[in-house]
Amino acid sequence: MTANENEGEEAAAARPRRPWRVWVVPQLREGRVSRVSWEAVAAAQRLAAALGQIAEPGGPGPAPLPATLDSARVEAVLLGTGLAGAAQELAERDLAAVHVADHAALAAYTPGAWIGVLAPAIAAASPDFVVFPHTYQTVDFVPRLAQRTGAGLLPEVTGFSASGADGAAAGLVWSRPVLGGKLQATVRVRGAGPVLVSVQSGSFPADGVAPAAAGIAPEVKPLPVDPGQARPDREILGYEQVTAQQVDLTKAGVIVAVGRGVGGADKIGPVEDLARALGAEIGASRPVIDSGWLPRERQIGSSGQTVAPRLYIAAGISGAIQHLVGMKGSSVIVAINKDPSAPIFTVAHYGLVGDLHEVVPALTAAVKAAKG
Amino acid sequence: MLIAVCIKQVPNAEARLRLSRDGKGLDEEDLPFIVNESDEYALEEGLRLAERSGGEVVAFSLGPERVREALRKALALGAARAVHLADPAFAGGDALATGRALAAALAREPFDLVLTGSQSDDAGFGATGSVIAGHLGWPHVWLVMGVELEPPSGAPVSAKVTREMESGINEVSRVRLPAVLEIQAGINHPRYASLKGIMQAKKKEIAVPSPADLGLDPAQLGVAGSRLEVLSVAFPAAGKGAQMIEGDAKTAAESLVAKLRQEARVL
Repeated sequence: MTANENEGEEAAAARPRRPWRVWVVPQLREGRVSRVSWEAVAAAQRLAAALGQIAEPGGPGPAPLPATLDSARVEAVLLGTGLAGAAQELAERDLAAVHVADHAALAAYTPGAWIGVLAPAIAAASPDFVVFPHTYQTVDFVPRLAQRTGAGLLPEVTGFSASGADGAAAGLVWSRPVLGGKLQATVRVRGAGPVLVSVQSGSFPADGVAPAAAGIAPEVKPLPVDPGQARPDREILGYEQVTAQQVDLTKAGVIVAVGRGVGGADKIGPVEDLARALGAEIGASRPVIDSGWLPRERQIGSSGQTVAPRLYIAAGISGAIQHLVGMKGSSVIVAINKDPSAPIFTVAHYGLVGDLHEVVPALTAAVKAAKG
Repeated sequence: MLIAVCIKQVPNAEARLRLSRDGKGLDEEDLPFIVNESDEYALEEGLRLAERSGGEVVAFSLGPERVREALRKALALGAARAVHLADPAFAGGDALATGRALAAALAREPFDLVLTGSQSDDAGFGATGSVIAGHLGWPHVWLVMGVELEPPSGAPVSAKVTREMESGINEVSRVRLPAVLEIQAGINHPRYASLKGIMQAKKKEIAVPSPADLGLDPAQLGVAGSRLEVLSVAFPAAGKGAQMIEGDAKTAAESLVAKLRQEARVL
């Protein structure tokens, strides 16, 4: 089955009125639903609940559906091998169904195999929204899945609301970061046909996932896999550890992290002095690592370590979303930056606007004085 | 070996940013634009692969007149020629519309490899390269941290590609050529343009095809061809939740330490 780009619109015109369909495609980590995927499940449930208040697709004008057609309409789709444990975890949640594509062709992730399962399934069932966690894996294949199915693509959303500028008739409005989080965009999706949404980590709390009501567990059913379609488009040769991870920042109680604002490897000394005074580990955002100012094992963020110390001091870090996802779980966050509009201040508990080359030595002195 | 590199011109996020009057984007007056960071790495990787295998690089970009500056930079760094999708019909599209236009332009020549950056520093979809690959029917890899052509010179038939995954793990895979590789920042050390390169760039060709030249209907392109519509942009509430500590460096530092000890109790 192939989907052309016009299929979505034709299907919408001919489609009888029906409840909204929301799918979620969790990503697994060592056979279990990953934390960001639970966040995607929570987002899908919230989305279904919000859609329950809006007229069904193709319906004329805003005519709220009965409240019974709400979160129960989320269906999960699992891909891989050995999925029984993950399917069971999902079956304990408030979902309409869990579709399981378990096949040897899906033993290792490749975009070709994943799209080869999901594209025919989307063409056949025409879900209104398919929700994914925003991960390095989903950015690899979801845009191409949108291209293949003619779906709309809405990456990295941090929230949505049903009361946008154009009201509920136009549907939902979504927020997503632009310019690395310096600005927040409000967007909507026009036209008919499925929309593929990926949700940014930390935006929809995983503990918001609704459990299945007693006695109504979702049905777990196999999703057919056509090996002729689910074909790997890259030959996996192996996986390698990038660094030996000799520094485990995840165990640190206090971290002083430095960003591009420090200006050079030769200017990191005062930051190290502060770390010593606090008994802290040194961390860094990606630009510092890419510039070779600190080793990669010190990198914090989506491509480095995810940390949650009791105190996190960010010096000269603007706060690109890729960094924030790796540290915003810290108990207390202090941001030092010369730009008062830097996104780091939106997650910080304490903020100092100023030149880190002045503030950091002053802070070291104040810490030493306080510790006597 | 013929290599295409797609680059995007983006606002310099370090500059003072002001919103446009319609609130849907940035005020471009006096706004400095630069080549997107990961695209600079993609260009450098393309130049290195071309030098090693004996080939040439063609730079592509989509956007208004100002984008010529980014293409001139690519030419100064060593690209042989450039293609500029400058028609207003191309502009303002989402990743699907932009990918459709670039794929049509790329399909006019027998490229062995198309490189893009992994993600733009403004819209940040991370999607254009894989959308291009979908249109061309080629394999793609996103977030590439290493490329080895096989065989390394002459006419390579495949590439061994290292892809960054989460948590410090890399995937190593082999893709057949032609392919689209979306390059991650940090893969190499981009070169600087030489004076000679800058002088030579002035004589190099920048082709400016129209939608009709590419066989594309303007309704499929740009704003008209996009399902994603930006309603507004806004600065996040500054210091939302953050307690801002005032004063000169010494006063602020002492005040912060006192708060960390007595209020937050983390020292």
